Amino acid sequence: MMEFALFLGCTIPARLNQYESSSRAVLKKLGVELVDIREFNCCGYPLRNIDFKAFILSSARNLALAEKKNLNVITLCKCCYGSLKKADYLLRESASLKKDVNETLKKEGLKYEGRIEVKHLLSVLHKDIGIEAIKGKMATSFRGLKIATHYGCHALRPSQVVGFDNPLAPTLFDQLVELTGAESIEWAMKLECCGAPLWGINDQLSMNLTLKKLADGKKSGADYVCAACPYCHIQFDKVQKMILSNGNENHPLPSILYTQLLGLTLGVDRKVLGLEMNEIPISGIEALLKKEEELAQEKALAEQKENKKEKESTKQ
Amino acid sequence: MFLKVSLYISLVIFFIALIYKVSTWFRYKVGIGATEISVSTRFFSAIEGILLTIFSPKILTLMKVFVLDVLLQFRILREDFLRWVMHIFIYVGFMLLLLMHALDKYITASLWDNYYSTVNPFMFLRDLFGVFVIVGVIIAIYRRFILKVPRMFTNIMDLYAILIVAVIMLSGIFLEATKMVAYSDYKRMVDEYSGLSDPEELKSLEAYWVKEFGTISPNLQEPIDEVILAKGKELHESSCAGCHDRLQWAFTGYGTAKIISPIGLRIDRAHLPGVLWYVHILACFVGLAYLPFSKMFHIIASSVSLLANGTIGQEKIAPANRATLQAMELDACTHCGTCSLRCSVIMAFEEITNMNIFPSEKIASIKTLACGKELSPQELRHIQEGVYLCSNCYRCTVVCPAGINLQDLWFNVRETLLAKGYPESLVLSPLSFYRGLMKEETVPKDYEKPLIQAREAIAAQFDLIKKKDEVLPLTSTNKKLQSGLNLSAQAKTFSVCFGCQTCTTVCPVVGNYENPQEALGLLPHQIMHAAGLGIRDLAFGSNMLWDCLTCYQCQEQCPQGVHVTDVLYELKNLAIKQVRERTLQSTERK
Repeated sequence: MMEFALFLGCTIPARLNQYESSSRAVLKKLGVELVDIREFNCCGYPLRNIDFKAFILSSARNLALAEKKNLNVITLCKCCYGSLKKADYLLRESASLKKDVNETLKKEGLKYEGRIEVKHLLSVLHKDIGIEAIKGKMATSFRGLKIATHYGCHALRPSQVVGFDNPLAPTLFDQLVELTGAESIEWAMKLECCGAPLWGINDQLSMNLTLKKLADGKKSGADYVCAACPYCHIQFDKVQKMILSNGNENHPLPSILYTQLLGLTLGVDRKVLGLEMNEIPISGIEALLKKEEELAQEKALAEQKENKKEKESTKQ
Repeated sequence: MFLKVSLYISLVIFFIALIYKVSTWFRYKVGIGATEISVSTRFFSAIEGILLTIFSPKILTLMKVFVLDVLLQFRILREDFLRWVMHIFIYVGFMLLLLMHALDKYITASLWDNYYSTVNPFMFLRDLFGVFVIVGVIIAIYRRFILKVPRMFTNIMDLYAILIVAVIMLSGIFLEATKMVAYSDYKRMVDEYSGLSDPEELKSLEAYWVKEFGTISPNLQEPIDEVILAKGKELHESSCAGCHDRLQWAFTGYGTAKIISPIGLRIDRAHLPGVLWYVHILACFVGLAYLPFSKMFHIIASSVSLLANGTIGQEKIAPANRATLQAMELDACTHCGTCSLRCSVIMAFEEITNMNIFPSEKIASIKTLACGKELSPQELRHIQEGVYLCSNCYRCTVVCPAGINLQDLWFNVRETLLAKGYPESLVLSPLSFYRGLMKEETVPKDYEKPLIQAREAIAAQFDLIKKKDEVLPLTSTNKKLQSGLNLSAQAKTFSVCFGCQTCTTVCPVVGNYENPQEALGLLPHQIMHAAGLGIRDLAFGSNMLWDCLTCYQCQEQCPQGVHVTDVLYELKNLAIKQVRERTLQSTERK
């Protein structure tokens, strides 16, 4: 039994409940036990722009809380992931920083030694559970679905710190998308930023980056863009909708969360996946799931093949 | 006479104060939406809203909220069991004492024909309810001063609340106890009610009371003759027992009476029961008259808040009602500190000393702001910073035992403060993501202003970038900058930059502009170079710093291993720190 402390961060509980519910459902199906630690606070990501110490203390407090329970951390957000990873890296690297941080944490009876690991949901799915194990649990799969897989900056970079995948030619997320039967398309801007970090700071710039990226995805033939981070998803979903309602004529490229995509093939209830909760509708995707008859046919075909093989081998 | 006069005076003060306080709910302007709505519009809109709720299926929700959240206080239970026990003890005990004991003439006596405060079950229950309150108060003191619940701050109103309840309770118990031992009280009762005049009989009765009821008599001392006691018992049963159960049932008073019995005679001579009666009555009346101004006003305001927010739910409400609701919510806050305990960004306080970061303290500042008090620019900036330093995780709203929609309050106040025009550097951090998402809720013409002002304020501090003709001396290497850039031990790496411009080439922000230098000032490789030279003002004044996505493309691709993004992060930290120090000081000077 795999067990993790679930780090939700600030954005998901407040603005993206479907990511939480779909992730919990998917991980439960795959036999992952999640522990909620109520005392968790902000990962420090937004504070890093303001004050380094405020950032590292916030991150370190979370790490210390998880360490106290002897649990590795699973994050759903890539910015949380990046921040916790960065803090963890720095604390391991610098004894004086660790001492300094622990001095403050001591006030609450906490301490971080660096005995735990921070993992993103996608790494857990890919490395801890494994593609084959997930395939074994799938109820159905997609056909004819084209997905623009969006990696998210803070998962990939700085690779020295996060070690998520090859930063220049990653395949981890593509494999996870393809296991659902969807095609993970090739697109030039796959590894670019979603634009969310500047939304609210420089909307015009943020908007340009987002639209450029989404236009590339669409041009490359994608039906949906798929993200596994609340910031990226909200940027592609709510913010895209806001931008497009402001007189941009383009048709949107809807965004689906990876746990929604995988959840559909695992047979998780659509309500739990919160398919209706996305701002830009995605329910059309259900039509691309293989129906029972098709699955039965496929199964029959596969069995026939097996039988043939067996016959041939017995002949020989 | 004294009782009546003081009761009426305190009632009059209470009601005038109550009307005044409730009127502030319609008068105080909390947020951007509130400024243009008249008091009468708000008043009638509220009445309309209440009526529409009552005469609709929502009445069921209202009743549910009343039972679960107002009466049973499930929201407190969900947060903290000990606190729920504390609150239930104080509130149930106090309410029952109020109804059964303080208003006994009107309520208890009309419900039960045989009511006397000195017979059971009433006598026992009064003491039991008193114990409830005292246990609650002890838990309250324990939580605040011994357990020291994290981030729970004690202000003068919290102390007053504990004090007034404690004085009422203790004076009540001591009043009961001193009356038990006081001989003159005994004498008065005998004169008025016994109808006995035979000295022998009086002596027997007195003996019985001294022995069994703890009365301290100046005439009698134990041991007392058994025959006299038997006679006394007979007399007691015929003339007293109808209205007096054994005093042991009033266990707190009786226990205290036993303790003070050695000085029983002196207590009586000093007329202590009379004095304590005044203390007890006056404490109650002071509590009543001052209630609308004290923390105790939450009895009314928190209930209203729970009912209102419980029925509103997720839907949008009319701007007039939102303004009223938010003014009322300021009174509903009990300063319990749950929000600060659960707040996501509390660790920021360790570095940025501003009490307004804590939600529970922020709300007090907003209260001062709402009542129209003149605040100094420095105070306003501190509130603004505190209100902006929020990751908008909604946790405070979810956990608030009074059901206050804190998130909406912060948002609204944030916009009002930003509109005042004091530049806030924090708007240039990802904390603004939420504001971007809420763009449609802001005043469109004011939306961009704070962002521009913040950039201008920073640029004003570091204007070197604008002086294109200025010749920079190559020797002015700022050692301080280099030593300042070592927060993460990685940002020092800028010194190995050999100017290949890979960072600038791969930067998606740079790539967005036709003429990037015009929009961004120094580009990433130039910032690295400026840092190397120690010319920090040039770097600080560049838009590039604030338009950085932190996507780490530059850092990942740098052939020299310069931590470009980390350097940018630290430059931002330094710039914000300096602007904060300088402009907060300049507002001080004003």
